[in-house]
Amino acid sequence: MLNTFVVYVENKPGVLTRVASLFRRRAFNIDSLTVGRTEKPEVSRMTITVDADRDQARRIEANLYKLVNVLLVENITMEPAIVRDLAMIKVSATHEGRSRVLELASVFRARVVDVAPESLIIEITGGEDKIDGLLEVLRPYGVLEMVRTGIVAMRRGNKCTSVALATNAVERLATDDDVSYSV
Amino acid sequence: MIKTGAQILWECLEREGVSCVFGYPGGAILPAYDALKYSNIHHVLVRHEQGAAHMADGYARASGRFGVAVATSGPGATNMVTGIATAMMDSSPIVCITGQVGSKLIGSDAFQETDITGITLPITKHNYLVTRASDLAATIREAIYVACSGRPGPVLVDITKDAQQSSCEFNWEATKLQIPGYRPDLSPAPKEYEQALELIHNAQRPVILLGHGAIVSGAIREVRHLAERAAIPVALTLLGLGALPASHPLNLGMMGMHGEAWVNHAIQEADLLIALGMRFDDRVTGNLKTYAPTAKKIHVEIDPAEINKNVKVDVALVGDLRAVLHELLPRIESLDHSEWLDFIDRLKGDSAVRDIQNLLDNGHLYAAHVINDLWRETRDSKTVIVTDVGQHQMWEAQYYKHEEPGSLITSGGLGTMGFALPAAIGAKVARPETEVWVVAGDGGFQMTMSELATIVQENLKINIAIINNGYLGMVRQWQEFFYERNYQATPLLNPDFAKIAAAYGIRNATVTERSQVVPAVQSARQHKGPVLINFQVEQEDTVYPMVAAGSSLHEMIRRPNPIVETATDE
Repeated sequence: MLNTFVVYVENKPGVLTRVASLFRRRAFNIDSLTVGRTEKPEVSRMTITVDADRDQARRIEANLYKLVNVLLVENITMEPAIVRDLAMIKVSATHEGRSRVLELASVFRARVVDVAPESLIIEITGGEDKIDGLLEVLRPYGVLEMVRTGIVAMRRGNKCTSVALATNAVERLATDDDVSYSV
Repeated sequence: MIKTGAQILWECLEREGVSCVFGYPGGAILPAYDALKYSNIHHVLVRHEQGAAHMADGYARASGRFGVAVATSGPGATNMVTGIATAMMDSSPIVCITGQVGSKLIGSDAFQETDITGITLPITKHNYLVTRASDLAATIREAIYVACSGRPGPVLVDITKDAQQSSCEFNWEATKLQIPGYRPDLSPAPKEYEQALELIHNAQRPVILLGHGAIVSGAIREVRHLAERAAIPVALTLLGLGALPASHPLNLGMMGMHGEAWVNHAIQEADLLIALGMRFDDRVTGNLKTYAPTAKKIHVEIDPAEINKNVKVDVALVGDLRAVLHELLPRIESLDHSEWLDFIDRLKGDSAVRDIQNLLDNGHLYAAHVINDLWRETRDSKTVIVTDVGQHQMWEAQYYKHEEPGSLITSGGLGTMGFALPAAIGAKVARPETEVWVVAGDGGFQMTMSELATIVQENLKINIAIINNGYLGMVRQWQEFFYERNYQATPLLNPDFAKIAAAYGIRNATVTERSQVVPAVQSARQHKGPVLINFQVEQEDTVYPMVAAGSSLHEMIRRPNPIVETATDE
């Protein structure tokens, strides 16, 4: 089963290597790993997806915590969350195909971000399934190049996580009011 | 006060209570060595950096504190790798200081540059690269704290040459730990205690599996109280030996691959295993599919990543063993398991008859005889035995009856040959009043025997017993059992170990008969300086019983009865 972990780490050199090395050493296969800044400059946030059963997922979490630079680990696999991947697809768009490619892009709510005489770059954000879907329908026209960011994820609702570095403590801020709506 | 990075390094170590380090100088660490003149720290010059790491390890295990090893960049640092991995596997707190090329040269393949923080990433608990003098104090403090707290382990601090040379304001009191993600002090939930207590109180056939954690955590008294109050027999791991006195009536002995048959049978028959500070190593469990099939399992362990790693457990109490037992003990009822204890007693059967200790002298000198005689001679003096890896290590574990925690120092998890001699040096430096014996095979001894020079230079009274069978004995045993006696690359053409010792000015003796063992041991103990005894033992002797790798724990190759199986007799 694909597990999604949100991992807060100290924004220090070499931390990504430590995390990646852990997965290699313990023979867990990373499906996707993204890392970026958070609202706090001293904290980075990773979204990691790994194929693992429940026991393995627990061990991954425990092993991540053993890394001194890891601040907080959350397995959000079972929680309602917004999961997004971003792709740029360069697709062949000659005279006759161009309008149909543009139509498909619009159906998928994707954006055309570059236009060249023989090709287009389409930018799409969404769940992995949606991007896979667009990719499939574009394939007949000739996908020339593609790049994906890997997924980032955030829990829905008021539940949120705050990593307080100054007090040497990690707090989870949550309210009972856990209702939210897709928009 | 303005100080150089090099001065700050030693001052921080001193303030953390370090009185002695083990090291070897070189270009990138020279500024630090130069600043040693301002420090009261004693530096033990080793002969190979692997020795420095093992000495720090031996020092840590003998003292219960942490050991410090120092090396230069490049080859100096890489030479320590084996010692660091050894400390990692056995949860030994050591701090390794390495020099690094100047920060501006990093990444340029400079002379003696190596990415030691990259290399040691998977074999350290944590490591640091320090490129500024102003970061040094906090890093050293943090490194020591991380090494010693929680589940202990090795921490490496790589310091660039310019960080050692440059100066900055140094204020120890203002140096703060900044490791917000590090939480070594976990404790179980109340519900988990309840579940554990219920299992303990309902068990008919419980066994305690006692590991190294009991010694690290200092839970010796608590473990003993638990076993006695609940009348639960105790099986020990190799690194747990000494955590309950061997003479204690509830002590079954060592479990696992070379554990006695009744110990392993008891585990397989148990209805409850209480694992205390151990990690279900494959040498302890045998085949996991058939391991303790009828037993519920409680796992008390400080490292949450160990829970359900090899053996799935019913209740996990994650926390410091001593603290957990303090919580548990007042709620443990006095129990009676006499039926179960009698059953285990009957499992012993004819084991005593098969035991080599009870055989008469038949002209052969067996390693087990040497160990057993050594134990009889030294048992009353709280001796520390430091063993290497292989057959002699298992015989020592079987025939040296350890009564005190810390009286055995050995490389368990990594199985590092060459560990014993340098680790014994560390142990002797840590506890100069204690009698220290090295028990090593002829193979492993030759891996680090250059440290004989360190013993002499430091004027250390260490006794060395080489169990010399002219083979890489344990490998030979595996070849005998599993590779049709194809003794590839296991016979050793050895030097005359007595002459080696003599060349270093170390008193020496060679023993070939059983009757010479006790006099040689006695004479060694009376001599003021170091002594090396070369015990030329039976060449093709076998460690029994044995659970073949991958076999079920109860499927043991037993001792022949009586033991006569030797090469010359066949």
